[in-house]
Amino acid sequence: MISNIKGRVWKFGDNVDTDVMTSGKYLNLPMDEMKGHTFEAMRPEFAQQAKPGDVIVAGRNFGCGSSRETAPAALKALGIGAVVAESFARIFYRNAIAIGLPAVICPGAASLGSDGDEAEVDLASRKVTDHTSGKVLEFPAFPDEMLKVLEAGGIEPLLKQMKNA
Amino acid sequence: MGATAAQKILARASGKEAVRPGEYVMANIDLAMVHDSMGPVCEVLFRAGVDKVWDPDKIVCVLDHWNPPPTVRDAETYKFIRSAVKRLGIKHFYGQNAGVCHQVLIEKGHILPGMLVAGADSHTISYGALGAAASGIGHSDMAYVFATGKLWFKVPETIKFVIEGSLPPRVSSKDVILGLAGKYSVEAAQYKAVEFTGATCNDMSIASRITMCNMAVEIGAKFAFFETDRKTTDYLRERTGKPFNAVAADSDAPYESVYHEDVSTLEPQVAFPFSVDNVRPVSKAGGIRIDQAVIGSCTNARLEDLRMAAEVMAGRKVHPDVRLLVIPASWDVYRDAIREGIIMRLSESGAIICNAGCGPCMGGHMGQLASGESCIATINRNFKGRMGSPGSELYLASPATVAASAITGKITDPRGL
Repeated sequence: MISNIKGRVWKFGDNVDTDVMTSGKYLNLPMDEMKGHTFEAMRPEFAQQAKPGDVIVAGRNFGCGSSRETAPAALKALGIGAVVAESFARIFYRNAIAIGLPAVICPGAASLGSDGDEAEVDLASRKVTDHTSGKVLEFPAFPDEMLKVLEAGGIEPLLKQMKNA
Repeated sequence: MGATAAQKILARASGKEAVRPGEYVMANIDLAMVHDSMGPVCEVLFRAGVDKVWDPDKIVCVLDHWNPPPTVRDAETYKFIRSAVKRLGIKHFYGQNAGVCHQVLIEKGHILPGMLVAGADSHTISYGALGAAASGIGHSDMAYVFATGKLWFKVPETIKFVIEGSLPPRVSSKDVILGLAGKYSVEAAQYKAVEFTGATCNDMSIASRITMCNMAVEIGAKFAFFETDRKTTDYLRERTGKPFNAVAADSDAPYESVYHEDVSTLEPQVAFPFSVDNVRPVSKAGGIRIDQAVIGSCTNARLEDLRMAAEVMAGRKVHPDVRLLVIPASWDVYRDAIREGIIMRLSESGAIICNAGCGPCMGGHMGQLASGESCIATINRNFKGRMGSPGSELYLASPATVAASAITGKITDPRGL
């Protein structure tokens, strides 16, 4: 499991829905094409500029709406290392864990810093650091059920492990 | 201390005497539902080397999102799904002439009170109308269910809505749930189970209850429940002979919150872009001009909804600047509406009658919006760009309000027509 994730902060507000992450009209495209439309209706520059290790920092209820797993999958495909939010909508949260994208419930996330800051997520010591603002936040541990999936890298590698066990 | 419906079902499914909110359990799934998501689920399974499912009799697959396929790519996906259905021996497959998965599962007798159901679609929660604990998951989680029959759950807290009062004419369960979203916000029930009780809920038809549970996910809910009553058992008797154990919350069950609502003076409600809780009563909707009106989706396209639309339209014509799409929730609904003459009346009013399925609800096909266009729809979500261009606007309302608006070309109170 990757323990350190470092990159630019992409700041979002409350109630960001999965339709704006991967719009219904692109759901039948292969991920290589679909990811280029990520957040198109909200932040059209995102898909072009996101780099491996970047961190999404958001407010409450991140990922509300549809159960489409393409939403966290597109973020992961663009290299997003973690999503840190005050709270998540439950299906997005499950899906992120299921594909091995750390979704970090972090009280105070909305006040961490600004868009464009440099941030670091340390999963082992359970800390989010905004190097630009200097602010550090701690977050609670993942429950065992989720940790097992995250450590395997997601459900698909977990199923492979179970198959070969 | 007693237990809520969610606690009882999760305890039974995980082989425990009792479970507490906040506890994590590994539960046995009674039924798994997939739609077009069967494609990605099987891709995960096959890549992981799994070619056997835990129980082919406990999986139902309904093709509804891109049916019939609008593009060659979608046709290829459906071909893959059909071959995967055969390869895995899935027993319950509805490839065409069926409708939206949730309506199909309910009306074909797959859903029973007390069941624990996982579905690869967020509106799986609809099955709570029949007293099932049903929740949406993504396709990787569903691949795990296909392989093992199990899924981890966090036992949710439960909130209860006690709803009283007779709904005024042309005000429906859609207005009730939109009103709750407007009042309590889209995260009112986040991670929680919801129980809908009270005289108004008891008076609601199964169709109206489905609408309420369907949209409970829009206030964040994990499960939603109506009590199993005479209406439930009558509905099931016509559809299945399978035995079931209905689950009712104990009178001393622990609720995180209990909300009391009186709907006897409720107005028709409209959710404005781009959030389901951005709700105003129709009298304050300000006569927004519309280009398209949609009566469809798993939320509101059952027989009572189409009947209400035909009643409101009463032989009048759709406004010349408006396209009215009518998309029955299922082929059973479609045929019943033909028998009742509803389809003929709507068609004579100028409605475009489409194949039963999801249609444009999630922006798939059959009615996308151009930039600058506005649409009023009976569907469940009005997120930016959901039904087409990010520059379009989507308003949510009941079948009566959508029908009234289609006639006048602007958002209109159905009680004044």
